[in-house]
Amino acid sequence: MQEVTTEKKEFVPNIVAFCCNWCSYAGADLAGSSRLTYPANVKIIRVPCSCRVNPSFVLKAFQQGADGVILCGCHPGDCHYVTGNYYTRRRMALLYSFLNYLGIEKERTRLEWVSAAEGARFSAVMNDFVKTVTDLGENKRLTDLRVKEGE
Amino acid sequence: MQRIGVFICWCGSNISATVDVVKVAEAMKNEPGVVYSANYQYMCSENGQQLIKQAIKEHNLTGIVVGACSPRMHEATFRKTAEAAGLNPYMVEIANIREHCSWIHKDMDEATEKAIILVRTAIAKVKLNAPLMAGESPVIKRALVIGGGIAGIQAALDIADAGFEVDIVEKNATIGGRMAQLDKTFPTLDCSACILTPKMVDCAQHEKIDILTYSEVEDVKGFVGNFSVKIRRKARYVDESKCTGCKVCMEKCPSKKGLNAFNMNLNTRPAIYIPFAQAIPNVAVIDPEQCIKLKTGKCGICQKFCGVGAIDYEQKDTFVERQYGAIVVATGYKPIDLDAFNEYGYNDNKDVVTSLELERLMNAAGPTNGVLLRPSDGKHPKVITFIQCVGSRDSSGCGKPYCSKICCMYTAKHAMLIREKYPDTEVHVFYIDVRTPGKNYDEFFRRAVEQYGVDYIKGMVGKVYNENGKLMVQGSNLIDNEQVTIESDLVVLAAAIEPEPSVRKVATLLTASIDTNNFLTESHAKLRPVESPTAGVYLAGVCQGPKDIPETVSQASACAAKVIGLLVKDKLKTNPCVATPDESMCNGCSQCANVCAYGAITYVDKEFRIGGGKTEVRRVASVNPAVCQGCGACTVTCPSGAMDLKGFSSKQIMSEVEAICKK
Amino acid sequence: MTKTERIENLNRLSGTDVRKCMKCGKCSGRCPAFKEMDIKPHQFVSMLGQGKIDELLACNAIWNCLSCMACVERCPRGVAPAAVVEAVRDTVVRAQGANGIKAEDIPPIVDEYIPQQLLVSAYRKYNK
Repeated sequence: MQEVTTEKKEFVPNIVAFCCNWCSYAGADLAGSSRLTYPANVKIIRVPCSCRVNPSFVLKAFQQGADGVILCGCHPGDCHYVTGNYYTRRRMALLYSFLNYLGIEKERTRLEWVSAAEGARFSAVMNDFVKTVTDLGENKRLTDLRVKEGE
Repeated sequence: MQRIGVFICWCGSNISATVDVVKVAEAMKNEPGVVYSANYQYMCSENGQQLIKQAIKEHNLTGIVVGACSPRMHEATFRKTAEAAGLNPYMVEIANIREHCSWIHKDMDEATEKAIILVRTAIAKVKLNAPLMAGESPVIKRALVIGGGIAGIQAALDIADAGFEVDIVEKNATIGGRMAQLDKTFPTLDCSACILTPKMVDCAQHEKIDILTYSEVEDVKGFVGNFSVKIRRKARYVDESKCTGCKVCMEKCPSKKGLNAFNMNLNTRPAIYIPFAQAIPNVAVIDPEQCIKLKTGKCGICQKFCGVGAIDYEQKDTFVERQYGAIVVATGYKPIDLDAFNEYGYNDNKDVVTSLELERLMNAAGPTNGVLLRPSDGKHPKVITFIQCVGSRDSSGCGKPYCSKICCMYTAKHAMLIREKYPDTEVHVFYIDVRTPGKNYDEFFRRAVEQYGVDYIKGMVGKVYNENGKLMVQGSNLIDNEQVTIESDLVVLAAAIEPEPSVRKVATLLTASIDTNNFLTESHAKLRPVESPTAGVYLAGVCQGPKDIPETVSQASACAAKVIGLLVKDKLKTNPCVATPDESMCNGCSQCANVCAYGAITYVDKEFRIGGGKTEVRRVASVNPAVCQGCGACTVTCPSGAMDLKGFSSKQIMSEVEAICKK
Repeated sequence: MTKTERIENLNRLSGTDVRKCMKCGKCSGRCPAFKEMDIKPHQFVSMLGQGKIDELLACNAIWNCLSCMACVERCPRGVAPAAVVEAVRDTVVRAQGANGIKAEDIPPIVDEYIPQQLLVSAYRKYNK
């Protein structure tokens, strides 16, 4: 960690991924058992369904200094809880416009559908998202200064 | 203060090859709240589990974190381990450092650093875990089948054969449903009655099956394993226990002008009637709209002639209330109304009939005794034109946007049967696509074309009009790019099918979800196709989607298997990770109940203290833990933040986010 | 205009989604002017879908179509073949410039002999 500050290495974003237990988390497991790599800066939080993710969790992540937040759920129509991912889709649409209002780049948040059989897709999505966020650079706008001080 | 134990697994070399497990375990010792940290080669092995159990006891641990493979793999294992050592099984969290770390990263430093963060995240979560208890609810060993068609009959027979009591509730006066109206069945051309009526008799004679005909479900309370259902038994004005089915009343009844619904209104029946010869129960019923005695008070002829005194004009609707563990919905279908399709002249020409009407016209027990005669003048039709997709695949709003699935096959069947019985008849079929997937189905359709010479025309009909007593069918032949007009004697419309309209009421009572076409929604289109999202409710037959008899029967048996699997249990263990409202914050706004796919949330009026020795009554949400599946949709919807999910509480997830973001 | 633009233009003018067509032919099955149409109503929809607009712009059917809208009325998919015909016709008429008929040019005697619908159709066709 010290190296980062002294040598000014290239920017490595911090990314939080929310994965629903039934599809995306299993998809991430499959990516693991298929040894499909994606960057280590993606950390996954398991939730029962993507609809459990309160938009405030996403805001919290940004406030705590995350540079990107990705939310993964079952494909539309395949939700284990029937309609959960539809709620997610609507909530995220609202969240996007809210983030836009705050001046947070739209690309820092993403909603993706990954099934339990799509390990390759999970890894591809993560690689792509990390690249996007890396290009955007550090999330300066929403990070809480108090969090930064602890750095 | 929590006392956390951390256990890092090597998983042989699976984890230890890219994650410095010793370093991770050492690092965790410095985490606040952690009192014990260890690593071991195979944590899931007997010895590994022993290590955990010992540590729980020796260090008086209040929560443990296992850094190992995916929780989808061994969460259950470690929960059992914790339970065996006297720790609540829900005080266990797994940090997935194999699938999500060691297997996907190659650099040791990078992977170790990530593993430390992942374990730290799990520690942050477990600190906020609360002991949870899986609840139990009893199972009433009796099933209800709503609908007495082939789907209901098959489901009831299968459940009853496994030794459980079953009640069939049927709104008509007899069981049998649509299948009883059919003449022959594809693709084998068995006589429908010959294969259905033995099953109906089996139902009637089965000691575990109780058939409640002329009855409707009025109210449903309760939840999986414990439904309480109120059933209305409509007055049939005939004592079911006395009537012998001798039919003398039918002969003597002076009011014979009632439309015979069983024969698709093609002929008439008396006011007191038995729907058809093989009806189960074989008991008469009086149509109150038509009976002279019930309308004017004068007549009473049937009562006079009834040898057993079964007629009771004073009968009233009665109600029975019964308890069930599981409910099968098998409410079936009806052909759509063709009022919006006046281009086919169905309402203006007697000789334009629907396929179900043709079915009766060809049936030996039908209005023409099985001789195909056209309704207008009773003559043999020489040219018959079939029109497929009438109202199916119609997104213009007049019909149904879906494919009704059965029409291609029954039209081929009708065309074939007519050509076989009356070889001098010309048969044309207008089609958009011929869809015959299914075992021996396409062969069946090809037989109609190749062996029986049925003329299939690719194209749709634009109008049907009457010219000098002939039905002119004008349509396009797209292959030859021409407009054709066929002079026909009889036109048969393959009308789309739709769910029986009463299904809406049933779905509302059961809080079962229903789609825009009134089809009941299954829990998972592929993996749970016979279960409703509402636990304890199962779907069989066309109420779930268009399907033919073989599919309906398989679905009904699948339902029965699911019901039996539920009823053999004495108690149901419920998932303790359910939503729970903070009643002090809930304002009873109903938003959570609106998003709940399972109908798990109800509202209760509760008395709260508001200080100063006063109380007030407020409406607050109440979650039924036996019904809640723990998705969390309500927690996010709740505007006041009163709803939370046990095991995945907002605080827990927030602290996970914090742990991940901490630099 | 490039060809793609012209196709897009026709789609926009017609206001109908030709991809919704499932090729059942009900439009042509009802068309009262079927015999006079060198390109049939269902073919209008399919040819626009395939981008064969040169043939469409050169055809005679656009002048023979009665604009009776029976095809629109009958379509089970909410496609409007007559709207495609009209879009093609408009495109041709617009290319010709302002030479449409005016109401005052029609001799009053015509009013008595020609059904109102035909007049309305004529305005739809020629008065662009």
